[in-house]
Amino acid sequence: MIDIQTQLFQTQDICFGPIDHEAHAEIESKWTHDAEFMRLMELKPVRPLSPAMVKKQYEDLEKQMEEDKNLFYFTIRACPDDRLIGKAVIEWIEWTNGNGYLRLGIGSAEDRRKGYGTQALKMLLRYAFGELNLYRVTAVVPAYNEGAIRLFQKFGFMEEIRRRKALNRDGQFWDIISFGLLNSEWREQANGRG
Amino acid sequence: MKDILKGESVRLSAVDPEELAKAYAVWNSDSELMRLLDSRAAHMHSAKGIKEFLEKEIEKESPANHFFTIRTLNDNRLLGDINLNVINWGARDAFVGIGIGNRNDWGKGYGTDAMKIILRFAFTEINLRRVTLTVFEYNPRAIRCYEKAGFQHEGCLRGALLRDGKRWDIFYMGILCDDWMEKHYEQTAEDRIASLPKPQPALS
Amino acid sequence: MKDIYRGALVRLTVESPEDMSKMFVRWDRDTETHRLANTNPAQLWSEKFIKEYIEKNQIYNSPQAFRFWIRTLVEDKLIGNVSLWVNSWTHSEAWVGITIGEREYWSKGYGTDAMRLAVRYGFVEINLRRISLGLNSYNQRALKSYEKAGFKMEGTLRGEGLRDGQRYDGYYMGILREEWLALVGGLL
Repeated sequence: MIDIQTQLFQTQDICFGPIDHEAHAEIESKWTHDAEFMRLMELKPVRPLSPAMVKKQYEDLEKQMEEDKNLFYFTIRACPDDRLIGKAVIEWIEWTNGNGYLRLGIGSAEDRRKGYGTQALKMLLRYAFGELNLYRVTAVVPAYNEGAIRLFQKFGFMEEIRRRKALNRDGQFWDIISFGLLNSEWREQANGRG
Repeated sequence: MKDILKGESVRLSAVDPEELAKAYAVWNSDSELMRLLDSRAAHMHSAKGIKEFLEKEIEKESPANHFFTIRTLNDNRLLGDINLNVINWGARDAFVGIGIGNRNDWGKGYGTDAMKIILRFAFTEINLRRVTLTVFEYNPRAIRCYEKAGFQHEGCLRGALLRDGKRWDIFYMGILCDDWMEKHYEQTAEDRIASLPKPQPALS
Repeated sequence: MKDIYRGALVRLTVESPEDMSKMFVRWDRDTETHRLANTNPAQLWSEKFIKEYIEKNQIYNSPQAFRFWIRTLVEDKLIGNVSLWVNSWTHSEAWVGITIGEREYWSKGYGTDAMRLAVRYGFVEINLRRISLGLNSYNQRALKSYEKAGFKMEGTLRGEGLRDGQRYDGYYMGILREEWLALVGGLL
């Protein structure tokens, strides 16, 4: 029997929600001015964005979601006030092979270390495997992002690729690591956990 | 200065959208080729469509993109293409992709030669620090070619391809400038010295 | 002439794109509502995107689309929507789709009432010959409601859907003009 009752987008302390073009642009603009966050979240050079530029990105995102159908973007909200705290994305989906790439981040430092990342990844994986029916997902992480590495390892992701010295930041070369998780592995763990 | 676009059996030359598009339209009908090159479902496109796509790409003139056709040295025949795409300027890392279109030209060393040329170009002309590539598990010929060119295995996306009802891995390989320089520096220095003008006898 | 927008529990209305998009945003976030009414993956479109989609999209504004919203007669509360989409004018055939987004109004006859109104509109106002619909096999409530409204099971697309690792079927139902006329005792 299909479980239609367990919420895809709601869990203990957080939920996934749509983009609020007006309200979220301000908040996200602030995050882009925090280079520490951006350097954890992005591999490309950090670039602060104005709210107007963020709004344009939101429009492009929804356009791409509608036209290319290979991207699913969610805002992460804290319950119960629905406050924006982060983002969760499944992208670069190749439907014929059942592959997708995951990305998620909690925007401001005060909201981290509260277990929100774990809850968000749990929901994102159920969406990727239970709603999109992907075969596998990949997460690409710079080697200095120990928090992300620990999080993915917690969920049983396997280190699959290590691109040596592929990132140059703060005068140092870092490896870029790709972690992978198969639908079957996730399902096994989920059943084990009950 | 050495002609770095010339190899032993091939040379790299400019892309002529019309010529390449016609060639693609023929090569794309070979599904084995498509399945070696592309992870997406094998698809056939008209020459016109391909030509428009290529023209748009070339028009962009992006400093990140270096797109060449591969031609035989002896009879200037179009063999395929090779493409360097810088993905990260900070680390100076680029993806390389190569395709030899006609299966009768496979296994003749053309690919290995072209790859050697592009690596020299990458490390001594645009001064990259690393080059990355992906190759499918079921393409041992290419894997051997890349290993010979100096690429090292960096891992694989498990089961990332589903073809003919079976799952295959996508391998990632990478070569660092330091590793390449170590292997080629002596040659390069020798070549450099050999290409310098011979000292003239003093006029009496 | 009878007021064909008015039923026993509900009436059919039209609403502004602003109000429509607000409702959709809310309903999209409830998994049970989404999985009963849809087979495509749940997505959380922004209010702005939905509003613009409604305003410019052919599915909403074209001679083939007959989109209604459902308001309760007693409280005048907006509880869902029902739409007819004419697939083919030459064959006079349309698809109908209904969603009751407000959970408190499930299993109380509101959906069946609204469906009856939409079907009547299709046969009496657009003069269709048949109306089709599809549903997910696990939506037993809807199946019963559609049968009450006169639809007959016509086919099953086996394993049409996959969710949480389990396959479900797509059920396809239809109602012919003659059957509907017999059901309602002729045109009133």
